[in-house]
Amino acid sequence: MIEVVGVGKRFGSTQVLTDINAVFQRGKVNQIIGKSGSGKSVLAKCIVGLHKPEEGKVLYEGRSFHDMDRDEKRQVRQEIGMLFQGSALFDSLSVLENVMFPMKMFASMSKSEMEDRAHTCLKRVNIVDKDKLFPAELSGGMQKRVGIARAIAMDPKYLFCDEPNSGLDPQTSIVIDDLIKEITDEFQTTTIVITHDMNSVMETGENIVFIHKGRKWWQGSREELLVSSNTELNEFIFASALMRQVKKAMGL
Amino acid sequence: MKVLFHIGRYFLLLRETFSRPEKRRLYWQRTLEEMDLLGVQSLGIVALLSFFMGAVITIQTKTNIDSPLIQGWVVGFAARQSTILEFSPTIISLILAGKVGSNIAAEIGSMRVKEQIDALDIMGVNSAGFLILPKILGTMLFNPFLVMISMFLSVFGGYIAGVGTGIVSSVDYLQGIQMNFNSYHVTYALIKTVVFAFIIATVSAYQGYYTVGGTREVGISSTKAVVYSNVVILIVNYALTQLLLI
Repeated sequence: MIEVVGVGKRFGSTQVLTDINAVFQRGKVNQIIGKSGSGKSVLAKCIVGLHKPEEGKVLYEGRSFHDMDRDEKRQVRQEIGMLFQGSALFDSLSVLENVMFPMKMFASMSKSEMEDRAHTCLKRVNIVDKDKLFPAELSGGMQKRVGIARAIAMDPKYLFCDEPNSGLDPQTSIVIDDLIKEITDEFQTTTIVITHDMNSVMETGENIVFIHKGRKWWQGSREELLVSSNTELNEFIFASALMRQVKKAMGL
Repeated sequence: MKVLFHIGRYFLLLRETFSRPEKRRLYWQRTLEEMDLLGVQSLGIVALLSFFMGAVITIQTKTNIDSPLIQGWVVGFAARQSTILEFSPTIISLILAGKVGSNIAAEIGSMRVKEQIDALDIMGVNSAGFLILPKILGTMLFNPFLVMISMFLSVFGGYIAGVGTGIVSSVDYLQGIQMNFNSYHVTYALIKTVVFAFIIATVSAYQGYYTVGGTREVGISSTKAVVYSNVVILIVNYALTQLLLI
Protein backbone atom coordinates (compact mmCIF):
# COMPACT_ATOMS: atom_id res chain seq x y z
CA MET A 1 0.00 0.00 0.00
CA ILE A 2 1.15 3.52 -0.77
CA GLU A 3 -0.10 6.54 1.14
CA VAL A 4 0.32 10.14 0.11
CA VAL A 5 0.03 12.46 3.11
CA GLY A 6 -0.31 16.22 2.65
CA VAL A 7 2.00 16.36 -0.36
CA GLY A 8 2.78 19.78 -1.78
CA LYS A 9 5.21 20.58 -4.59
CA ARG A 10 6.46 23.91 -5.94
CA PHE A 11 8.62 24.74 -8.95
CA GLY A 12 10.08 28.16 -8.21
CA SER A 13 7.12 30.32 -7.29
CA THR A 14 4.56 28.05 -9.00
CA GLN A 15 2.62 25.82 -6.63
CA VAL A 16 1.94 22.66 -8.65
CA LEU A 17 0.52 20.39 -5.94
CA THR A 18 -1.25 21.41 -2.73
CA ASP A 19 -2.03 19.18 0.22
CA ILE A 20 -2.65 15.92 -1.62
CA ASN A 21 -3.86 13.03 0.53
CA ALA A 22 -4.59 9.65 -1.02
CA VAL A 23 -4.30 5.92 -0.37
CA PHE A 24 -3.38 3.50 -3.16
CA GLN A 25 -4.36 -0.05 -2.36
CA ARG A 26 -2.59 -3.34 -2.99
CA GLY A 27 -4.03 -5.66 -5.63
CA LYS A 28 -6.05 -2.86 -7.21
CA VAL A 29 -5.63 -0.70 -10.27
CA ASN A 30 -5.46 2.75 -8.72
CA GLN A 31 -5.78 5.60 -11.18
CA ILE A 32 -4.76 9.22 -11.03
CA ILE A 33 -6.83 11.15 -13.53
CA GLY A 34 -7.05 14.80 -14.50
CA LYS A 35 -6.64 17.27 -17.34
CA SER A 36 -3.25 17.93 -18.93
CA GLY A 37 -1.32 20.26 -16.65
CA SER A 38 -3.39 19.38 -13.58
CA GLY A 39 -0.34 18.01 -11.76
CA LYS A 40 -0.97 14.26 -12.00
CA SER A 41 2.42 13.44 -13.55
CA VAL A 42 4.18 15.60 -10.93
CA LEU A 43 2.29 13.69 -8.23
CA ALA A 44 3.40 10.40 -9.75
CA LYS A 45 7.01 11.62 -9.88
CA CYS A 46 6.76 12.63 -6.21
CA ILE A 47 5.46 9.15 -5.37
CA VAL A 48 8.29 7.32 -7.18
CA GLY A 49 10.87 9.71 -5.74
CA LEU A 50 11.91 11.54 -8.90
CA HIS A 51 10.69 14.79 -7.31
CA LYS A 52 11.05 15.64 -3.65
CA PRO A 53 7.88 17.27 -2.30
CA GLU A 54 8.32 20.45 -0.25
CA GLU A 55 5.48 19.42 2.06
CA GLY A 56 4.08 16.08 3.17
CA LYS A 57 5.18 12.47 2.92
CA VAL A 58 4.89 9.45 0.67
CA LEU A 59 4.61 6.25 2.70
CA TYR A 60 5.51 2.83 1.32
CA GLU A 61 3.96 0.28 3.69
CA GLY A 62 4.05 2.99 6.36
CA ARG A 63 7.70 4.01 5.78
CA SER A 64 8.35 7.55 4.58
CA PHE A 65 10.25 7.30 1.29
CA HIS A 66 11.86 10.73 1.43
CA ASP A 67 13.16 10.12 4.98
CA MET A 68 14.89 6.88 3.99
CA ASP A 69 18.67 6.75 3.51
CA ARG A 70 20.18 6.09 0.08
CA ASP A 71 20.34 2.28 0.48
CA GLU A 72 16.77 2.00 1.78
CA LYS A 73 15.53 4.12 -1.13
CA ARG A 74 17.44 1.93 -3.54
CA GLN A 75 15.83 -1.15 -1.99
CA VAL A 76 12.31 0.29 -2.35
CA ARG A 77 13.06 1.32 -5.92
CA GLN A 78 14.03 -2.24 -6.77
CA GLU A 79 10.48 -3.17 -5.79
CA ILE A 80 9.03 -0.64 -8.24
CA GLY A 81 8.24 -1.41 -11.87
CA MET A 82 7.39 1.51 -14.10
CA LEU A 83 5.92 1.76 -17.56
CA PHE A 84 6.69 5.15 -19.09
CA GLN A 85 4.59 7.15 -21.51
CA GLY A 86 7.21 6.71 -24.23
CA SER A 87 8.18 3.23 -22.93
CA ALA A 88 11.72 4.47 -22.12
CA LEU A 89 13.32 1.29 -23.47
CA PHE A 90 17.08 1.54 -23.89
CA ASP A 91 17.71 2.17 -27.60
CA SER A 92 21.04 0.39 -27.73
CA LEU A 93 19.75 -2.82 -26.13
CA SER A 94 17.70 -5.53 -27.81
CA VAL A 95 14.25 -6.55 -26.53
CA LEU A 96 15.72 -9.41 -24.49
CA GLU A 97 18.54 -7.25 -23.10
CA ASN A 98 16.05 -4.56 -22.08
CA VAL A 99 14.03 -7.05 -20.05
CA MET A 100 17.17 -8.61 -18.59
CA PHE A 101 18.63 -5.23 -17.62
CA PRO A 102 17.17 -4.91 -14.07
CA MET A 103 18.19 -8.51 -13.36
CA LYS A 104 21.74 -7.87 -14.60
CA MET A 105 21.97 -4.87 -12.27
CA PHE A 106 20.50 -6.38 -9.13
CA ALA A 107 19.80 -10.10 -9.27
CA SER A 108 22.30 -12.83 -8.45
CA MET A 109 21.30 -15.10 -11.29
CA SER A 110 23.20 -16.92 -14.01
CA LYS A 111 22.83 -15.69 -17.59
CA SER A 112 20.59 -18.61 -18.53
CA GLU A 113 18.36 -18.01 -15.50
CA MET A 114 18.04 -14.35 -16.49
CA GLU A 115 17.19 -15.32 -20.05
CA ASP A 116 14.55 -17.78 -18.83
CA ARG A 117 12.98 -15.16 -16.58
CA ALA A 118 13.04 -12.55 -19.39
CA HIS A 119 11.39 -15.02 -21.77
CA THR A 120 8.69 -15.75 -19.18
CA CYS A 121 7.98 -12.01 -18.81
CA LEU A 122 7.95 -11.47 -22.57
CA LYS A 123 5.62 -14.44 -23.04
CA ARG A 124 3.36 -12.99 -20.36
CA VAL A 125 2.90 -9.85 -22.50
CA ASN A 126 2.57 -11.89 -25.71
CA ILE A 127 5.92 -10.95 -27.20
CA VAL A 128 7.46 -14.04 -28.73
CA ASP A 129 10.43 -14.42 -31.12
CA LYS A 130 11.34 -10.75 -30.94
CA ASP A 131 14.39 -11.17 -28.66
CA LYS A 132 16.94 -9.74 -31.03
CA LEU A 133 14.92 -6.77 -32.28
CA PHE A 134 15.74 -3.26 -31.08
CA PRO A 135 13.09 -0.83 -29.71
CA ALA A 136 13.16 1.24 -32.91
CA GLU A 137 12.06 -1.85 -34.84
CA LEU A 138 8.90 -2.35 -32.73
CA SER A 139 5.47 -0.74 -32.99
CA GLY A 140 4.26 1.59 -30.20
CA GLY A 141 2.04 -1.13 -28.72
CA MET A 142 4.87 -3.66 -28.75
CA GLN A 143 7.21 -1.17 -27.09
CA LYS A 144 4.63 -0.70 -24.33
CA ARG A 145 4.35 -4.45 -23.87
CA VAL A 146 8.14 -4.84 -23.67
CA GLY A 147 8.08 -1.94 -21.17
CA ILE A 148 5.59 -3.91 -19.06
CA ALA A 149 7.75 -7.04 -19.35
CA ARG A 150 10.76 -5.05 -18.08
CA ALA A 151 8.65 -3.54 -15.30
CA ILE A 152 7.57 -6.97 -14.00
CA ALA A 153 10.96 -8.64 -14.48
CA MET A 154 11.94 -8.20 -10.82
CA ASP A 155 8.52 -9.21 -9.39
CA PRO A 156 7.64 -5.67 -8.32
CA LYS A 157 5.42 -4.86 -5.36
CA TYR A 158 4.49 -1.55 -6.95
CA LEU A 159 3.64 -0.94 -10.60
CA PHE A 160 3.43 2.58 -12.05
CA CYS A 161 2.09 3.27 -15.51
CA ASP A 162 2.37 6.79 -16.91
CA GLU A 163 -0.27 7.29 -19.59
CA PRO A 164 0.02 3.72 -20.89
CA ASN A 165 -2.44 4.31 -23.73
CA SER A 166 -1.07 7.51 -25.17
CA GLY A 167 -0.33 7.20 -28.88
CA LEU A 168 -2.02 3.80 -29.18
CA ASP A 169 -5.06 2.82 -31.24
CA PRO A 170 -8.23 1.88 -29.26
CA GLN A 171 -7.76 -1.86 -29.80
CA THR A 172 -4.14 -1.89 -28.60
CA SER A 173 -5.16 0.36 -25.69
CA ILE A 174 -7.60 -2.29 -24.52
CA VAL A 175 -4.88 -4.97 -24.76
CA ILE A 176 -2.56 -2.85 -22.60
CA ASP A 177 -5.33 -2.06 -20.09
CA ASP A 178 -6.24 -5.74 -19.79
CA LEU A 179 -2.59 -6.64 -19.34
CA ILE A 180 -2.16 -4.12 -16.51
CA LYS A 181 -5.31 -5.44 -14.82
CA GLU A 182 -4.24 -9.08 -15.19
CA ILE A 183 -0.74 -8.39 -13.86
CA THR A 184 -2.18 -6.50 -10.89
CA ASP A 185 -4.44 -9.43 -10.03
CA GLU A 186 -1.76 -12.04 -10.64
CA PHE A 187 1.11 -10.40 -8.77
CA GLN A 188 -1.06 -8.47 -6.27
CA THR A 189 0.88 -5.30 -7.01
CA THR A 190 -0.08 -1.84 -5.83
CA THR A 191 -0.69 -0.44 -9.31
CA ILE A 192 -0.95 3.27 -10.03
CA VAL A 193 -1.97 4.35 -13.52
CA ILE A 194 -1.76 8.00 -14.58
CA THR A 195 -4.23 8.61 -17.35
CA HIS A 196 -6.75 10.95 -18.91
CA ASP A 197 -8.20 8.23 -21.10
CA MET A 198 -11.80 7.67 -19.97
CA ASN A 199 -12.03 4.30 -21.76
CA SER A 200 -9.16 3.09 -19.63
CA VAL A 201 -10.76 4.53 -16.49
CA MET A 202 -14.04 2.71 -17.17
CA GLU A 203 -12.23 -0.49 -18.17
CA THR A 204 -9.81 -0.93 -15.28
CA GLY A 205 -10.12 1.87 -12.68
CA GLU A 206 -10.91 0.52 -9.22
CA ASN A 207 -9.74 3.37 -7.02
CA ILE A 208 -9.73 6.70 -8.85
CA VAL A 209 -8.15 9.93 -7.69
CA PHE A 210 -9.14 13.06 -9.63
CA ILE A 211 -6.57 15.86 -9.56
CA HIS A 212 -7.69 19.36 -10.48
CA LYS A 213 -5.56 22.51 -10.30
CA GLY A 214 -2.95 20.68 -8.23
CA ARG A 215 -5.43 19.52 -5.59
CA LYS A 216 -7.16 16.22 -4.94
CA TRP A 217 -10.67 17.06 -6.05
CA TRP A 218 -12.34 13.69 -5.74
CA GLN A 219 -11.63 10.02 -4.96
CA GLY A 220 -13.81 6.95 -5.46
CA SER A 221 -14.65 3.92 -7.60
CA ARG A 222 -15.65 3.97 -11.28
CA GLU A 223 -19.28 3.30 -10.32
CA GLU A 224 -19.24 6.36 -8.05
CA LEU A 225 -17.50 8.33 -10.78
CA LEU A 226 -20.53 8.24 -13.08
CA VAL A 227 -23.00 9.44 -10.46
CA SER A 228 -20.79 12.03 -8.81
CA SER A 229 -22.18 15.54 -8.50
CA ASN A 230 -18.72 17.09 -8.52
CA THR A 231 -18.90 19.77 -11.23
CA GLU A 232 -15.24 19.77 -12.26
CA LEU A 233 -15.15 15.96 -12.35
CA ASN A 234 -18.27 15.88 -14.50
CA GLU A 235 -16.78 18.45 -16.87
CA PHE A 236 -13.72 16.23 -17.19
CA ILE A 237 -15.39 12.84 -17.63
CA PHE A 238 -18.24 13.97 -19.84
CA ALA A 239 -16.04 16.03 -22.14
CA SER A 240 -16.00 13.13 -24.62
CA ALA A 241 -19.02 12.39 -26.82
CA LEU A 242 -18.79 8.70 -25.92
CA MET A 243 -19.10 9.37 -22.21
CA ARG A 244 -22.05 11.73 -22.82
CA GLN A 245 -23.78 8.89 -24.69
CA VAL A 246 -23.04 6.51 -21.81
CA LYS A 247 -24.53 9.06 -19.43
CA LYS A 248 -27.62 9.43 -21.60
CA ALA A 249 -28.04 5.67 -22.01
CA MET A 250 -27.80 5.20 -18.26
CA GLY A 251 -30.37 7.92 -17.71
CA LEU A 252 -28.04 9.94 -15.48
CA MET B 1 25.09 33.48 -9.64
CA LYS B 2 24.10 31.20 -12.50
CA VAL B 3 27.75 30.21 -13.02
CA LEU B 4 28.04 29.30 -9.33
CA PHE B 5 24.85 27.25 -9.59
CA HIS B 6 26.27 25.26 -12.51
CA ILE B 7 29.65 24.78 -10.83
CA GLY B 8 27.93 23.54 -7.66
CA ARG B 9 25.66 21.20 -9.58
CA TYR B 10 28.64 19.94 -11.63
CA PHE B 11 30.47 18.91 -8.45
CA LEU B 12 27.33 17.31 -6.98
CA LEU B 13 26.99 15.29 -10.18
CA LEU B 14 30.64 14.23 -9.87
CA ARG B 15 30.00 13.08 -6.30
CA GLU B 16 27.06 11.02 -7.52
CA THR B 17 29.13 9.68 -10.43
CA PHE B 18 31.92 8.43 -8.19
CA SER B 19 29.66 6.81 -5.59
CA ARG B 20 29.73 3.03 -5.14
CA PRO B 21 28.82 1.16 -8.36
CA GLU B 22 26.10 -1.50 -8.21
CA LYS B 23 28.03 -4.14 -10.15
CA ARG B 24 31.70 -3.49 -10.83
CA ARG B 25 31.88 -6.10 -13.59
CA LEU B 26 29.11 -4.39 -15.51
CA TYR B 27 30.81 -0.99 -15.15
CA TRP B 28 34.09 -2.41 -16.40
CA GLN B 29 32.33 -3.97 -19.38
CA ARG B 30 30.76 -0.60 -20.18
CA THR B 31 34.16 1.08 -19.81
CA LEU B 32 35.58 -1.21 -22.50
CA GLU B 33 32.62 -0.39 -24.76
CA GLU B 34 33.19 3.33 -24.21
CA MET B 35 36.91 2.94 -24.97
CA ASP B 36 35.90 1.48 -28.30
CA LEU B 37 33.20 4.05 -29.06
CA LEU B 38 34.99 7.16 -27.84
CA GLY B 39 38.62 6.12 -28.35
CA VAL B 40 39.16 3.48 -31.01
CA GLN B 41 36.62 5.09 -33.31
CA SER B 42 38.49 8.41 -33.05
CA LEU B 43 41.74 6.86 -34.30
CA GLY B 44 41.08 7.70 -37.96
CA ILE B 45 40.49 11.42 -37.48
CA VAL B 46 43.39 11.71 -35.00
CA ALA B 47 45.78 9.93 -37.41
CA LEU B 48 44.73 12.04 -40.39
CA LEU B 49 44.98 15.35 -38.53
CA SER B 50 48.29 14.48 -36.87
CA PHE B 51 49.99 13.40 -40.07
CA PHE B 52 49.04 16.53 -42.00
CA MET B 53 49.58 18.88 -39.08
CA GLY B 54 53.12 17.50 -38.68
CA ALA B 55 53.70 18.01 -42.40
CA VAL B 56 52.47 21.62 -42.22
CA ILE B 57 54.53 22.40 -39.09
CA THR B 58 57.68 21.17 -40.84
CA ILE B 59 57.10 23.13 -44.05
CA GLN B 60 56.16 26.31 -42.21
CA THR B 61 59.11 26.05 -39.82
CA LYS B 62 61.51 25.63 -42.72
CA THR B 63 60.05 28.49 -44.78
CA ASN B 64 60.07 30.85 -41.76
CA ILE B 65 63.61 30.19 -40.56
CA ASP B 66 65.33 29.79 -43.90
CA SER B 67 68.67 31.31 -42.96
CA PRO B 68 72.24 30.05 -43.49
CA LEU B 69 72.92 30.78 -39.80
CA ILE B 70 70.32 28.24 -38.63
CA GLN B 71 71.34 24.60 -38.80
CA GLY B 72 69.29 22.02 -40.69
CA TRP B 73 68.33 19.94 -37.65
CA VAL B 74 66.30 22.85 -36.18
CA VAL B 75 63.32 21.99 -38.39
CA GLY B 76 63.02 18.48 -36.95
CA PHE B 77 63.63 19.80 -33.46
CA ALA B 78 60.87 22.44 -33.78
CA ALA B 79 58.45 19.93 -35.29
CA ARG B 80 59.07 17.51 -32.41
CA GLN B 81 58.80 20.14 -29.69
CA SER B 82 55.60 21.76 -30.99
CA THR B 83 54.05 18.33 -31.48
CA ILE B 84 54.88 16.94 -28.05
CA LEU B 85 54.33 20.07 -26.01
CA GLU B 86 51.24 21.52 -27.60
CA PHE B 87 49.87 20.08 -30.79
CA SER B 88 49.25 16.46 -29.76
CA PRO B 89 47.98 16.95 -26.19
CA THR B 90 46.06 20.20 -26.61
CA ILE B 91 44.91 20.50 -30.21
CA ILE B 92 43.96 16.83 -30.40
CA SER B 93 42.07 17.20 -27.10
CA LEU B 94 40.21 20.21 -28.52
CA ILE B 95 39.30 18.17 -31.57
CA LEU B 96 38.22 15.25 -29.38
CA ALA B 97 36.09 17.67 -27.36
CA GLY B 98 34.21 18.29 -30.60
CA LYS B 99 33.87 14.67 -31.62
CA VAL B 100 33.66 12.82 -28.31
CA GLY B 101 32.11 15.65 -26.25
CA SER B 102 29.18 16.15 -28.60
CA ASN B 103 28.68 12.38 -28.75
CA ILE B 104 28.54 12.12 -24.94
CA ALA B 105 26.18 15.10 -24.52
CA ALA B 106 23.88 13.94 -27.32
CA GLU B 107 23.70 10.36 -26.04
CA ILE B 108 23.01 11.27 -22.41
CA GLY B 109 20.74 14.18 -23.42
CA SER B 110 18.63 11.89 -25.62
CA MET B 111 18.35 9.41 -22.78
CA ARG B 112 17.19 12.22 -20.51
CA VAL B 113 14.45 13.50 -22.84
CA LYS B 114 13.28 9.95 -23.62
CA GLU B 115 12.91 9.30 -19.85
CA GLN B 116 15.52 6.53 -19.97
CA ILE B 117 17.48 8.17 -17.15
CA ASP B 118 14.27 8.35 -15.07
CA ALA B 119 13.81 4.64 -15.81
CA LEU B 120 17.30 3.90 -14.45
CA ASP B 121 16.66 6.03 -11.34
CA ILE B 122 13.35 4.31 -10.64
CA MET B 123 14.96 0.89 -10.97
CA GLY B 124 17.36 1.98 -8.23
CA VAL B 125 20.36 2.29 -10.56
CA ASN B 126 22.75 5.18 -9.86
CA SER B 127 22.17 6.70 -13.30
CA ALA B 128 25.01 9.22 -13.05
CA GLY B 129 27.52 6.54 -12.11
CA PHE B 130 26.24 4.02 -14.61
CA LEU B 131 26.22 6.41 -17.56
CA ILE B 132 29.07 8.80 -16.83
CA LEU B 133 31.76 6.88 -14.94
CA PRO B 134 32.53 4.43 -17.80
CA LYS B 135 32.85 7.40 -20.17
CA ILE B 136 35.27 9.16 -17.83
CA LEU B 137 37.36 6.02 -17.39
CA GLY B 138 37.18 5.17 -21.09
CA THR B 139 38.47 8.56 -22.22
CA MET B 140 41.05 8.92 -19.44
CA LEU B 141 42.48 5.48 -20.18
CA PHE B 142 42.40 5.65 -23.97
CA ASN B 143 43.18 9.29 -24.84
CA PRO B 144 46.85 8.99 -23.79
CA PHE B 145 47.23 6.22 -26.41
CA LEU B 146 45.59 8.44 -29.01
CA VAL B 147 47.96 11.26 -28.15
CA MET B 148 51.04 9.03 -28.31
CA ILE B 149 49.93 7.78 -31.72
CA SER B 150 49.35 11.41 -32.70
CA MET B 151 52.88 12.37 -31.59
CA PHE B 152 54.41 9.61 -33.67
CA LEU B 153 52.31 10.33 -36.78
CA SER B 154 52.85 14.08 -36.57
CA VAL B 155 56.63 13.70 -36.44
CA PHE B 156 56.40 11.09 -39.20
CA GLY B 157 54.23 13.40 -41.31
CA GLY B 158 56.86 16.11 -40.87
CA TYR B 159 59.52 13.70 -42.07
CA ILE B 160 57.57 12.68 -45.17
CA ALA B 161 56.76 16.30 -46.06
CA GLY B 162 60.24 17.67 -45.28
CA VAL B 163 62.27 14.94 -46.93
CA GLY B 164 59.74 14.30 -49.69
CA THR B 165 59.77 17.92 -50.84
CA GLY B 166 63.51 18.19 -50.36
CA ILE B 167 63.40 21.17 -47.96
CA VAL B 168 65.21 19.20 -45.26
CA SER B 169 67.52 16.21 -45.45
CA SER B 170 66.67 12.91 -43.81
CA VAL B 171 69.82 13.08 -41.67
CA ASP B 172 69.06 16.63 -40.46
CA TYR B 173 65.43 15.83 -39.63
CA LEU B 174 66.30 12.65 -37.73
CA GLN B 175 69.07 14.48 -35.88
CA GLY B 176 66.59 17.25 -35.00
CA ILE B 177 63.94 15.00 -33.55
CA GLN B 178 66.56 13.38 -31.29
CA MET B 179 68.26 16.63 -30.26
CA ASN B 180 68.08 17.48 -26.51
CA PHE B 181 65.18 15.11 -25.98
CA ASN B 182 63.61 15.56 -22.57
CA SER B 183 61.36 12.66 -21.63
CA TYR B 184 59.61 14.83 -19.03
CA HIS B 185 57.95 16.67 -21.91
CA VAL B 186 56.16 13.46 -22.87
CA THR B 187 55.09 12.98 -19.25
CA TYR B 188 53.85 16.58 -19.20
CA ALA B 189 51.87 15.98 -22.41
CA LEU B 190 50.31 12.81 -21.05
CA ILE B 191 49.34 14.48 -17.76
CA LYS B 192 47.63 17.21 -19.76
CA THR B 193 45.89 14.63 -21.93
CA VAL B 194 44.46 12.76 -18.94
CA VAL B 195 43.21 16.01 -17.35
CA PHE B 196 41.68 17.15 -20.65
CA ALA B 197 40.01 13.76 -21.09
CA PHE B 198 38.41 14.16 -17.67
CA ILE B 199 37.21 17.65 -18.63
CA ILE B 200 35.77 16.48 -21.96
CA ALA B 201 33.88 13.56 -20.41
CA THR B 202 32.53 15.36 -17.34
CA VAL B 203 31.63 18.74 -18.86
CA SER B 204 29.86 17.04 -21.78
CA ALA B 205 28.11 14.54 -19.53
CA TYR B 206 26.94 17.40 -17.30
CA GLN B 207 25.42 19.19 -20.28
CA GLY B 208 23.65 16.02 -21.43
CA TYR B 209 22.50 14.88 -18.00
CA TYR B 210 20.66 18.11 -17.24
CA THR B 211 19.03 18.51 -20.66
CA VAL B 212 15.43 19.68 -20.33
CA GLY B 213 13.03 19.60 -23.27
CA GLY B 214 13.23 17.78 -26.58
CA THR B 215 15.46 17.17 -29.57
CA ARG B 216 16.23 20.89 -30.05
CA GLU B 217 17.54 21.10 -26.48
CA VAL B 218 19.66 17.96 -27.04
CA GLY B 219 21.30 19.84 -29.94
CA ILE B 220 21.85 22.89 -27.73
CA SER B 221 23.38 20.72 -24.99
CA SER B 222 25.67 19.16 -27.55
CA THR B 223 26.89 22.55 -28.75
CA LYS B 224 27.34 23.81 -25.19
CA ALA B 225 29.32 20.65 -24.34
CA VAL B 226 31.84 21.40 -27.10
CA VAL B 227 32.11 25.12 -26.36
CA TYR B 228 32.46 24.78 -22.57
CA SER B 229 34.86 21.83 -22.83
CA ASN B 230 37.08 23.88 -25.16
CA VAL B 231 37.00 26.93 -22.89
CA VAL B 232 37.83 24.88 -19.79
CA ILE B 233 40.60 22.99 -21.65
CA LEU B 234 42.24 26.26 -22.75
CA ILE B 235 42.16 27.72 -19.23
CA VAL B 236 43.41 24.51 -17.61
CA ASN B 237 46.10 24.20 -20.32
CA TYR B 238 47.49 27.55 -19.28
CA ALA B 239 47.37 26.61 -15.58
CA LEU B 240 49.02 23.21 -16.14
CA THR B 241 51.74 24.68 -18.35
CA GLN B 242 52.63 27.20 -15.67
CA LEU B 243 52.46 24.55 -12.98
CA LEU B 244 54.38 21.77 -14.73
CA LEU B 245 56.88 23.54 -16.97
CA ILE B 246 58.03 26.62 -15.08
